[in-house]
Amino acid sequence: MIIYADNAATTPMSEAAIRAMTPYLRECCGNPSSLYALGQAAREALDSARERIARCINAEPRSIIFTSGGSESDNQAILSAAANGKAKGKTHVITTSIEHHAVLHTAKKLQKQGFDVTYLPVGENGIVDINELEKAIRPDTCLVSVMTANNEIGTIQPVAQIGELCKERGVCFHTDAVQAVGHLPVDVAAQKIDMLSASAHKFHGPKGVGFLYAARGVKLVPLIEGGAQERNLRAGTENVAGIAAMAAALEESVANMHKNAKKLTRLRDKLIRGLSLIPHSALNGDAEKRLPSNVNFCFEGIEGESLLLLLDDKGISASSGSACTSGSLDPSHVLLAIGRPHAVAHGSLRLSLGEDANDEEVEYIISAVSEVVAYLRGFSPVWRDLNSGKGKFIL
Amino acid sequence: MALYSEKVMDHFRNPRNVGVIEDADGVGEVGNAKCGDIMKMYLKIEDGIITDAKFETFGCGSAIASSSMATELIKGRPVSEALQLTNKAVAEALDGLPAHKIHCSVLAEEAIKNALDDYYARHPDIAREE
Ligand SMILES: Cc1ncc(COP(=O)(O)O)c(C=O)c1O
Repeated sequence: MIIYADNAATTPMSEAAIRAMTPYLRECCGNPSSLYALGQAAREALDSARERIARCINAEPRSIIFTSGGSESDNQAILSAAANGKAKGKTHVITTSIEHHAVLHTAKKLQKQGFDVTYLPVGENGIVDINELEKAIRPDTCLVSVMTANNEIGTIQPVAQIGELCKERGVCFHTDAVQAVGHLPVDVAAQKIDMLSASAHKFHGPKGVGFLYAARGVKLVPLIEGGAQERNLRAGTENVAGIAAMAAALEESVANMHKNAKKLTRLRDKLIRGLSLIPHSALNGDAEKRLPSNVNFCFEGIEGESLLLLLDDKGISASSGSACTSGSLDPSHVLLAIGRPHAVAHGSLRLSLGEDANDEEVEYIISAVSEVVAYLRGFSPVWRDLNSGKGKFIL
Repeated sequence: MALYSEKVMDHFRNPRNVGVIEDADGVGEVGNAKCGDIMKMYLKIEDGIITDAKFETFGCGSAIASSSMATELIKGRPVSEALQLTNKAVAEALDGLPAHKIHCSVLAEEAIKNALDDYYARHPDIAREE
């Protein structure tokens, strides 16, 4: 059996997205900035995509700018809010300890430029405490950046409450909604979001294209200088085919969102129940306030990379927060932030289901993971110490 | 290119000498769970020859493969030779390791040296042959 269970990393493109993209690869190859009909047809594709994407998140079309994806959108949002803040003498930024590196590394860059950054902790459930956020806001706070849903443990933050609070306090609110758009209802007006980042390849669009929403009145600073594309906010000939595909993918994801969420939530919970039967294991992140596709576990006594390689041999593609898979010395900052000790965080597994997942696949995953975990524990000195009483079980 | 060589994958998928030697003459343990790698080596030594070697490893694919290869390289060899084992020899026998995984072969070398230190500590009568 071949099961792709790493949809949080990226998703396959939908038929609709591929169909929407192909005309702009050849027949309609014009540059949207050109005056002739071919160019204007490409321009129309951009306009149409902008309108349809805006509708999906209840925004005005002019508030959407196309980017190369989630990372660029995060960078531009944060650097713009910081520049706007600095112009008013406000140099404090609030974010969380579980953000994607696209946010965290941009925040680090701001610190080097003299900004003061607060990294809000999260509870054991991986959710920000709105009261902590309220306490952290200062008169010189220019930005609150809290992700809508976490890419590792899938936890969903109280975005509407955060939006409300930021509006009251007059602070710009950015949310990295890369994992949420197309999967969870997003309404920038109702949730009072000032800026939002999204990436097409997380909702069955192509890689290397995304968008940034910035509410009217939020001034953006371009990261890329050049031509006048995207109202001078993002230079470079637009990725017309990619943008057309992104719009088609998003419309389809939004149209099927409710149905998919219902199906996936049931499969997710079945997977969680099955994996919970593995002794000394634990679910990471809140059991309910999580993406319908996301399952993330720690298994004591084993290391994640060897688990992934053996699952790959059984046809299952998944990911882990172990240091060995990230190329750094430390395991996932998200798992550490929810209080998992290093040794336990190395033994993590993230499974993110696709909309085509079914019961049989979930059952196969449960048996494969149970088998591999037991096999690896069989020659793990850590597991031996835990069982002989030399070490102490944490999970 | 794949992350690991065929050799690494072979030793990872079918690790040689996995397990414990209850009456080992030397036991070595290196690494720590915080960093994500622990290797434990058990050696049986008779008349200066390593007659058996087994390992237990908590770690990534290359840590398991390095432990497996290291035990293969010293089994049946004199202690004096095992003392000369380098991480480079382990990595080479595996047809190379990715740069960020070289430390796995270092751990394997250290685990064996650690087990041999234990052997000498238990047998103060035996002179160390370097
Ligand atoms: C939460 C989150 N933010 C940002 C990104 C970066 O998106 P992209 O790969 O499109 O740059 C990702 C995807 O890896 C993500 O999951």
